Amino acid sequence: MIAKIAPIYRHRLFWPVAILILLLLSNLFFTPTFFSIQVKQGHLYGSLIDILRLGAPLILVGIGMTLVIGTGGIDLSVGSVVAIAAAIACGHIAGLPNQDSVSGVLIAIAMSLALCVVLGLWNGFLVAGLGIQPIIATLILMVAGRGIAQLITDGQITTINSSPYSLIGGGYWLGLPFSILVALVVFALSAVLVRRSALGLLLEAVGGNAEASRLTGIRSRRLVWLVYAFCAVTAGIAGLMISSNVNSADGNAAGLFIELDAILAVVIGGTALTGGRFSLAGTVIGALLIQTLTTTILTTGVPPETTMLVKALVVTAVCLLQSPSFRARISRRRAKPVVGPDIEQIQEQRKVPA
Amino acid sequence: MSTIIVPEAVEAESTRWLTPQQRYIPMLATFSLLFAMFTIGSLRYENFGQPQVLLDVLIDNSFLLVVAVGMTFVILTGGIDLSVGSVVALSTVLSASLLEKHHWNPILVMVVVLLMGVLLGAAMGVMIHYFEVQPFIATLAGMFLARGLCYVVSVDSISINNGFYTDLAQTKIPLLGGLSVNPSVLIALVVVAVGAYVLHLTRFGRTVYAVGGNQQSALLMGLPVGKVRVSVYAISGFCSALGGILYTLYTLSGYSLNGVGMELDVIAAVVIGGTVLTGGSGYIFGTVLGVMVLGLIQTLISFDGTLSSWWTKIFVGTVLFVFILLQRLISVRKI
Repeated sequence: MIAKIAPIYRHRLFWPVAILILLLLSNLFFTPTFFSIQVKQGHLYGSLIDILRLGAPLILVGIGMTLVIGTGGIDLSVGSVVAIAAAIACGHIAGLPNQDSVSGVLIAIAMSLALCVVLGLWNGFLVAGLGIQPIIATLILMVAGRGIAQLITDGQITTINSSPYSLIGGGYWLGLPFSILVALVVFALSAVLVRRSALGLLLEAVGGNAEASRLTGIRSRRLVWLVYAFCAVTAGIAGLMISSNVNSADGNAAGLFIELDAILAVVIGGTALTGGRFSLAGTVIGALLIQTLTTTILTTGVPPETTMLVKALVVTAVCLLQSPSFRARISRRRAKPVVGPDIEQIQEQRKVPA
Repeated sequence: MSTIIVPEAVEAESTRWLTPQQRYIPMLATFSLLFAMFTIGSLRYENFGQPQVLLDVLIDNSFLLVVAVGMTFVILTGGIDLSVGSVVALSTVLSASLLEKHHWNPILVMVVVLLMGVLLGAAMGVMIHYFEVQPFIATLAGMFLARGLCYVVSVDSISINNGFYTDLAQTKIPLLGGLSVNPSVLIALVVVAVGAYVLHLTRFGRTVYAVGGNQQSALLMGLPVGKVRVSVYAISGFCSALGGILYTLYTLSGYSLNGVGMELDVIAAVVIGGTVLTGGSGYIFGTVLGVMVLGLIQTLISFDGTLSSWWTKIFVGTVLFVFILLQRLISVRKI
């Protein structure tokens, strides 16, 4: 019984959750009303709701990124996809005679998400079709995509004034911010899809060893195409959200560095960049941790310039705490690893019978 | 594997002077592209065909070249360094702040900045090798750290009036035929030469290639894998800091938003230069060509005048795509 309880601190989500809770609690020192949630005009308001609302795009991108990383890939192009999706949608809406027309907004959304599918398939084609290393394959779209987004907006910031469109990022539905609901639906759908069907297992198999999984009869290439397309779509939705929140599309700045934050969220959530194992819940916690960190820094009155510094320290701390060899070094009970985690695992396995 | 290599090697020996060795093909392709771009530019635009245009590309990109040399070391071991752009920014801000606000001796400032780069790089290397944090994540943390430190030192741009720095920045070194370069180009070329010497003619360089080829094999052969992996990140940190000093000279100021996205340009230059991102294969000279290609794309666009700046990104992306495709085709043919 004790043996079952003891390793709770070894659960792979223990440290991310612990640091998230610690961060949330530390807010109480600066804002005593941090945890209070009020109802104003039928809408929920509060710092926690704000964190969820502002974190929604990162959660979305993170979910897509998790699946890509689970198959042993990586997608650096999400930031550019965010910018392109925003540019297409806002560009179309700006050209409408009546910007409040719901059908026009829906067409704009459909157009931009369809383009995202194409962009995702392009990444999938490079990775699965041509066999190019994912980090480099997606680097192409990351570099060129920013240029394409600026080409679409003609180097300007496209501003729009459309109430149906601003619902996506800034509106409320059933008392909750619409963006939270979108993120929740995407999370629930993908979680059900990968964990209640064999899809998750197949993705992890591809991530573990693409060639071996192909030989066992898994259509690994098709799956890789699929995850890159999915990742681009989640990035596209995030792009719609970000642009709708500010009612404009900026080809240069929209979604800048979101790929790094998303990869960070995935890694904090316990998904290894080597692929073969992933945790969607972990990614959501990772994304919330990053957003909480940003919000905390803003509310505590620490100069916002130090956000990156604090982020670096938290990332380092989380990564080191998750690193098997670092843990081995700080706990005297275990032997020092000689080469890497493999040796350490073997040593641990040997210890079990004793 | 060896049975496949032997006939190829024999074939290469017999037709050595007719067909280039396969490992040189990516570099030759880059060189051909550079030549084609220069020719097209000379035909289309007046005054483009001057040798000084090429030298100006070097002058405008000397900092990029220095940073790319460091990145080549890291990529050859199969790693990646995302922190370079931020370290460049940090060294510009640190230099400017120490010179203008604390009035330090310029030489001392340079030494401190370079030391800072080495320490930052080595710290990331230790995280990567000894604590097995993936290079991507460890250098991402380094990127945030360096950028954050920039803001801590100064949020605003600091301009430099120090005599030593302004003299160094404005010096022109005349060459034959009325051409000229600046000291930054010479420093960059020295870095390239030293980098090429270390990689190709020293034991350390061979170990870098061995670690990139197969880390496990290198370890089993008794090579100092840990030392080399930490060292390459320290080298990249040093090169970034030196690149930062050259950037400081280029703009005569320090600003915390310098070099945003520079890591992408540097990685693109290294890849276009024929270095394979999985490690173990590539040359410093290829990196020089890669930096020249990037620089020449910008020059072409500025000579054209009608193309907007964002076409640079689209062109760089296209060139990147073509070269990656080429590398892929070569590696498929090898198998």
